[in-house]
Amino acid sequence: MKKTIALLLCLLLILALAAGCSGGSDKKSAGVMTYAEYVAADLDSKVVIETYVQAKQSWWEDKATVYTQDKDGAYFLYNMACSEADYAKLVPGTKIKVTGYKSEWSGEVEITDATFEIESGKYVAKALDVTKLLGTDDLIKHQNEFVAFKGMTVEPIQDADGKEAAFLYKWNGTGSEGDDLYFNVSLDGKTYNFTVESYLCDKDSDVYKAVKNLKVGDKIDLEGFLYWYEGVNPHITSVKTAK
Amino acid sequence: MKRLLSFLLILMLVPGMLLLSGCHGSRSLPDFVPPEQFDESRSYTVTFWAKNDTNRTQTRIYEQAIADFQALYPNITVNLRLYTDYSKIYNDVITNISTNTTPNVCITYPDHIATYLTGSGTVVPLDELFDHPDYGLGGAALRFSSPREGDVVPQFLAECAFADHHYAIPFMRSTEACYVNKTFVEAMGYTLPEILTWDFVWEVSEAAMAKDSQGNFRVNGQKVMIPFIYKSTDNMMIQMLRQKGADYSTPEGDILLFNDTTRELLHTVAEHAATGAFSTFKISSYPGNFLNAGQCLFAVDSTAGATWMGSKAPLMDISADRVVDFETAVLPIPQFDPQNPRMISQGPSICIFNKADPQEVLASWLFAQYLLTDGVQTAYAETEGYVPVTRSAQDSQAYRDYLSRCGEDDLEHYDVKIRASRLLLDHVGDTFVTPVFNGSASLRDAAGQLIENTAKSVRRKETVDDGYMDELFRDVSSLYRLGSGSTGARKDLGPLPGTAVFLLAALAAVWILLLIWWILERIRARKREKGS
Repeated sequence: MKKTIALLLCLLLILALAAGCSGGSDKKSAGVMTYAEYVAADLDSKVVIETYVQAKQSWWEDKATVYTQDKDGAYFLYNMACSEADYAKLVPGTKIKVTGYKSEWSGEVEITDATFEIESGKYVAKALDVTKLLGTDDLIKHQNEFVAFKGMTVEPIQDADGKEAAFLYKWNGTGSEGDDLYFNVSLDGKTYNFTVESYLCDKDSDVYKAVKNLKVGDKIDLEGFLYWYEGVNPHITSVKTAK
Repeated sequence: MKRLLSFLLILMLVPGMLLLSGCHGSRSLPDFVPPEQFDESRSYTVTFWAKNDTNRTQTRIYEQAIADFQALYPNITVNLRLYTDYSKIYNDVITNISTNTTPNVCITYPDHIATYLTGSGTVVPLDELFDHPDYGLGGAALRFSSPREGDVVPQFLAECAFADHHYAIPFMRSTEACYVNKTFVEAMGYTLPEILTWDFVWEVSEAAMAKDSQGNFRVNGQKVMIPFIYKSTDNMMIQMLRQKGADYSTPEGDILLFNDTTRELLHTVAEHAATGAFSTFKISSYPGNFLNAGQCLFAVDSTAGATWMGSKAPLMDISADRVVDFETAVLPIPQFDPQNPRMISQGPSICIFNKADPQEVLASWLFAQYLLTDGVQTAYAETEGYVPVTRSAQDSQAYRDYLSRCGEDDLEHYDVKIRASRLLLDHVGDTFVTPVFNGSASLRDAAGQLIENTAKSVRRKETVDDGYMDELFRDVSSLYRLGSGSTGARKDLGPLPGTAVFLLAALAAVWILLLIWWILERIRARKREKGS
C-alpha cells in the first residue's frame, strides 16, 4: 500500500511539474493582470501584464513593435518604449513585464504607450491550429496568437489592373521586392487574405521566398501571428507544402 | 628664410584643409552656376525619387512621363524610385546627404527642404534656372512646351520660396476636405450648411452619440460610431489657429504655438474626445474606413485621398458586407468664420539636388520642368482629388472635360474625387501655408502631438486642466526640441569646438608669420637701398 501511495505521489508530482513547465495558466506576479483580466479590461485603460516575446516586428527611434504571448493568450505591443540595446535582448521566449494602455486600431487590440522590464522566465508558444475556426466568431478570441492553418489552397489574387497572380507586392500589386506580400488562401470554399509583413519577415526570410514561389492551387500549411486589420489579417511566418 | 616660411605655411594649411574636407563626413559642393548651354554630346543619368499613393495609375504616369522625356532627350536616362510615404523619402534623403548620394530630382515638402538646406549647397536654388533664356520656364531651347513663370499658379509657386530663394517647384496641390455622411446628418434633422462651422460639427457629433435601449447608436443602429474623425491632427491645429488669427510661428522661425488660443482649442478637443464624439487616425484608424461603414459622420482627410471616401469609393479597406449606402457631401473643413474660410494648401513639390557637374544639374532641371507640362499635370491630377499647378493645365480642354464629367462613373470620374478637386479650385484664394524654416517640420509634428496627447489623455480618464496643459506644452516642446521663443536654428551654439579653435589659431599664426616676413623683407630692402 505504501509503495502504491508513494508511486501515486511521484506520478502526481511529475504531472504537476510537467504542467508547470509546458502548460496550464501563467502564475502572475503581484499587481499583474491575468490574460482574462486583460481581456475584460476596458479599452484605453491602464494594463500591467507579464508576457513572453514571440517575435519582433520593428524598432525605430526607441520604439519597438513586438508579438508576445503567455500560456493563456497573446498581446501585441505597438511602439513600446525600447532602447536599441534592450531591443537586442528581446529574443523569442524572453519574459517581460509590460505597463501600457489597452487600445484598438482598426480592430486590432494592442498595448500602446508601453514600457517594459525584462524578467526571468522563458516560454515559446507552439502554433495553435485554428484552421477550423476560420470564418467563425471564435477566431478573434485568439487574436495575436501564434497559430497554424493546415491544408489551405492558394487562390488567385487580383492586382490593381485586375490581373491575377498567386501573390502581390503590397495589397494591390503596386509594390516591389522587399514590400509586404499579400496572397489569398481558401478552405471549404471561403477565401482569406494573408500577409507576409516585411518588417517581421523581410525579403531574405524563408517565408518571403516561399510565398514568392507559390502557385495557384498549391496546398499549403501556414504558421503566423493572428493580426487583425478590418478583419483577420494573419502575419504569416512559415509556409510549407501541406502534409 | 623663404623656404622656411613656405614650409611653415604648408604645415599650418594642411591640417586646416584636412579639417575642412572631413567636416561632417561629407564634401560640400560648390554653388551651382547654370551653364549657358546644355552639353548634349554627353549622357546623363537622373535619379528621381517620387511618391505615389499605392496607385498604379500614378506609377504609370511617372513612367510615361519618363519615357516621353527620354524620347525628347535621348542622352538623359531617368531612373525612378517610388515611395509611398513622404517621411520615408525625407529620412532617406537625410541619410544620403552625408554621403553626397542624394537623388537628382525628388518629390518633397518645403518643410523637408528646409532641413535639407542645413547641408551646404545641397539643394539647388531655382531662381536663376527659372530665368534662364534657353532652359528656364518657357525657355527658347526646350524641346517641350514648358509653362512660363507666370503660368504656374503664383500662390503655389510662392509656397516653394523661402530663405530668399525658390528651392522647389510645385507638382500637385491638394487641401483637406470634410467628407460628410449627408444621409445620416439629415436623418438626424440637421441641414448641412455650404460651409461647416466647428460649432455645427461638434453639435451634430454630440447628438450622434445618443444610444437606444439596446446600446446601439440611434443614428446607425450599430455598436460603433465615432462621429468626427480627423486624419492629420497637425493640419487640424494649424488650420484652427489660422482661422482664429492666432500665433503659430514667425517666418523667421520663432515658435509661438504654445499660446492661450492653443490651450483653449485643446480644451474643446478634450471635451469631445471625452464623450467619444471625436477621434483621430492615430487613435482609431483611417476616417474613410469608419465613414464607409456608416460609423462616422464627418471624416476629414486630404482631397488627395478622395478615392477612398464614400460608399461607392473605388478604393476600399473594409469588406463589401460592411459598407453602408449613403450620400457623401464634400465640404471645406469646418471654420470659425464661414464668411472668411481658411484652409491649408498642401501637396508634393519638386526639388533638385546639387551635384559636382552643373550639366547633370541642368539635365535634372529639364526633367523636373517636364513634370509641369500639361499632359503630365492633368493626367496625375485626375488620379486623385489633386489640382494641376499651372494655369494652362487647369484651363486645358482635357481637364475642363474631365471636371465636367463628374459622376459619370465610379472610377475615373468618381464624383467625390472630382468634387474634392473642385473644392480646392474654388478656394485657392482661401488657402495658406505655414512658414518654412529649419525646424518647421518638427513644429508641425508638435502641433499634431498636442491634439493626439489630449485626446488620448481624456480617453484614459486623466484630468485635463490648465496644469495638464502646462505639462503637455513642456513635454511636447521638449520632445520636438522646440525652444519657448525660437527654433534650435537660432539658439546660442555654445563655445567653438576644439578643432575649429585650432584651425582659426593656425590661420591667425600664418597671417602673423606672413606679416613678419613682409616687414623683414621691407627692412632688408631698405638696407640694400642704403648700402647701394
